[in-house]
Amino acid sequence: MLDSLKLYLKLIRINIRSQMQYKASFILFTIGNLVVTIIEFVAILVLFARFGSLQGWQLEEVAMFYGLINIGYVLSEAFGRGFDTFDLQVISGEFDRVLLRPRATELQIIAHDFLLLRFGRFLQGLAIFMWASVNLGIIWNPAKVVLLIFSVIGGIAVFTGLLIMQATMCFWSTQSLEVMNSFTYGGVYALQWPLPILNRWFASFFIFVVPVACVNYFPLLAIMEKPDVLQSPLWFQWTSPIVGVIFLMVSLAVWRFGVRHYRSTGS
Amino acid sequence: MKAYISIFRLRVAVQLQYRAAAAAALFTQFFFGFVIIMVYHAFYASSSQVQPMSLQQAVAYAWLGQATFRMQPWNGDQEVMAMIRSGNVAYEMCRPLNLYFLWYSRLVSLRLVPTMMTGIPMFIVVLFLPTGFKAALPVSAAAGGAWFLSIFMALLLGCAISNLITISSMWTIAGDGMQRIFPAVIMVLSGLIVPLAFFPDRLQQLLRFLPFSGLVDIPFRFYLGMIPASDIFSLGLLQLFWTGVFVIIGIRLVSMGMKRVVVQGG
Amino acid sequence: MSQIVVEDLKKSFKVARRQSGLLNSFKGFIKREYETIQALKGISFELEQGDLTGYIGPNGAGKSTTVKILSGILVPDSGKCEILGRTPWRQRKEHVRHIGVVFGQRTQLWWDVPVIDSFDLLKDIYRIPQQSYTRMKDELVDVLSLQTLLEMPVRQLSLGQKMRCELAASLLHQPPILFLDEPTIGLDAVSKIAVRDFIRKINRERKVTVILTTHDMDDIEALCSRIMVIGKGTILFDGNISQLRNAVIPERIVKIDFLEEPRKLDYSVARLTGQSENHAEFRFNPLKISANELIRTISANNQIKDFIVENPPIEEIVAKMYHGFKL
Repeated sequence: MLDSLKLYLKLIRINIRSQMQYKASFILFTIGNLVVTIIEFVAILVLFARFGSLQGWQLEEVAMFYGLINIGYVLSEAFGRGFDTFDLQVISGEFDRVLLRPRATELQIIAHDFLLLRFGRFLQGLAIFMWASVNLGIIWNPAKVVLLIFSVIGGIAVFTGLLIMQATMCFWSTQSLEVMNSFTYGGVYALQWPLPILNRWFASFFIFVVPVACVNYFPLLAIMEKPDVLQSPLWFQWTSPIVGVIFLMVSLAVWRFGVRHYRSTGS
Repeated sequence: MKAYISIFRLRVAVQLQYRAAAAAALFTQFFFGFVIIMVYHAFYASSSQVQPMSLQQAVAYAWLGQATFRMQPWNGDQEVMAMIRSGNVAYEMCRPLNLYFLWYSRLVSLRLVPTMMTGIPMFIVVLFLPTGFKAALPVSAAAGGAWFLSIFMALLLGCAISNLITISSMWTIAGDGMQRIFPAVIMVLSGLIVPLAFFPDRLQQLLRFLPFSGLVDIPFRFYLGMIPASDIFSLGLLQLFWTGVFVIIGIRLVSMGMKRVVVQGG
Repeated sequence: MSQIVVEDLKKSFKVARRQSGLLNSFKGFIKREYETIQALKGISFELEQGDLTGYIGPNGAGKSTTVKILSGILVPDSGKCEILGRTPWRQRKEHVRHIGVVFGQRTQLWWDVPVIDSFDLLKDIYRIPQQSYTRMKDELVDVLSLQTLLEMPVRQLSLGQKMRCELAASLLHQPPILFLDEPTIGLDAVSKIAVRDFIRKINRERKVTVILTTHDMDDIEALCSRIMVIGKGTILFDGNISQLRNAVIPERIVKIDFLEEPRKLDYSVARLTGQSENHAEFRFNPLKISANELIRTISANNQIKDFIVENPPIEEIVAKMYHGFKL
């Protein structure tokens, strides 16, 4: 287990090194990415300037949701890039080479790539989150910090799980189902807003099916110490990110099923 | 002219094949539409002030935005940009066609067909959604006609902008990091992300002055009756004017750019 | 106990049938029609340690399917396979630890980084102990002359250089079995010879069992003591080269250069198969007339300057075999 982690870090280091060869490009991309994502936040600013509040929610609270979900999302994009480009690996036959190595396929795919390019979005999400936290006067204690880290991990888990499921579809058809992308982008967009403003079906979907709410809305309620109109118990708010991790486990099982299918039907 | 039409027709046939992508896009557009509208409902419920547009208008605006999503100039023509990057674009000079208009006709089909594949079904469905989420038909036949013309101009304008983005890739040094900024800024200024009416009052004049409102805000306002249909002549002309500006700039840039590409050898 | 045992392997694939025309593609969108292709109809063979076997056949015959099953990537429909006492597809990770695979068209090295970094990564992936890794790496670098290439990223290497690095990479973990798929494709003459020499060397000195899949018949002739020919999913021939020759074309070729325009070129004991200025080619059956006798007969009427006696190229033998089996 430990040496798998060491192997992963080694592979990623090599990958990052080869990306950093193009320094100028990286800086330009980061700036570009930063500006693009700030523009997404502008929409929220404009609407709050017009309306003042969102059913009892302030701008800064929405900014917390926005910041955290984007952080989770961009980190999953960075880590899960190997799964994102998996359709190319199947088409080129590179996956056969993966099967020829005495290591787990999941480890090899995850270690295949590490996307630095969206670093701008990460900076933006982090900056907005910190600005909002300061403006709301949130009192951070060790427990909340742990919950926050746990939530980020949970967020990475959910979005990576979605990436893995999308990659698994490549075993059946190389026209990867773009619908998965909708859940990802849609999840990020919907959860930047407070969950209660969403219709019950949508909210339930994001709690029980694609559990982005469990890694964003509920933990942040505990951190902001705000009572939940949906009346979720406090213990749930403190532990909900685990649902994200469970989701990842499920997606890994789906992946293994896909690999079995690939190995019995060939390419 | 005939040559450009046949290229257009060929590209249309190619685009029609992308059924899976169309289905996915349709799904995404409905999804986002619903979420945006729920957000509007929550905002409107939070304020008793009179807003620049009513909730029903905002809902219709949101659906129109989703339905015409795929015709907006989000990026340049990826295939052509790849050709430029690899240097293969030099082969295009062997063709007896004007490069700018060749690429322009490609873009028109690239934008038009996917939009119709998802936009038309979407438009029909949203007319019948439950209240609160449904979009009404245009306020009057005249408004509808003005909207239809204006949307067509918006398509032409959008393709001119896209073509500029495509052509600009001849100058990019290190990839398209910067190239994503302009479309994002343009789309905010067009009113797609948030209706321009919501922007602070002091910015309204500036936003009207910029060419980008012609992509989204102007046609949508015709639909909603926020602008009288008779204004189609002046505003339509404005859209055309800006299209012309972008086209002329584009044509000049193409010839400059091609010289550059040939010299560099791709 | 043979190292590699294959018994009655069968494998079929379901391929979706695409139909042309608008109506048919619309129908196809709703219900896919499949046809079953039998890639392997029951193949069996055994290999001992140190065998250098050529595995040839026309495209679509089942070569890559066989290699995929033997390497553990693909699961067969039925049949038995045991390599070093393991079933490849059931114990994938354990099995691949003991084999090396080289694809002529695809690389296992990392594209953007120096070759030596790829080697080091493989050491970690295969969990090779440091000492045996260093020893093996140094030996391979020496034999394949890779010293100047180690710091270069793979994308900058020529095909020949890349293939030498591939061979080294595939042997770092000292596998007793090596699968080579088109290793000399696209290489220049010098590189081909270097690759063949290397394969011969490791086979002879380290007793590495080699299965060589190739279309290049010179590879086969240069390296393989044993050949298996596969066609349409069955093994059509399993033996050595001379057996193959005698079974298919029991002829020899003699190429003669004359001092002056030859006077008589038709003979009943040999076929004239080629003629140009002061040069002629004959084919004859060595069982009916010896090379010696034939030369004597021809030189009775002509002034021979030089001659050479050859076997028909393997290509021709294999092509004739394919033709005979209607492949």
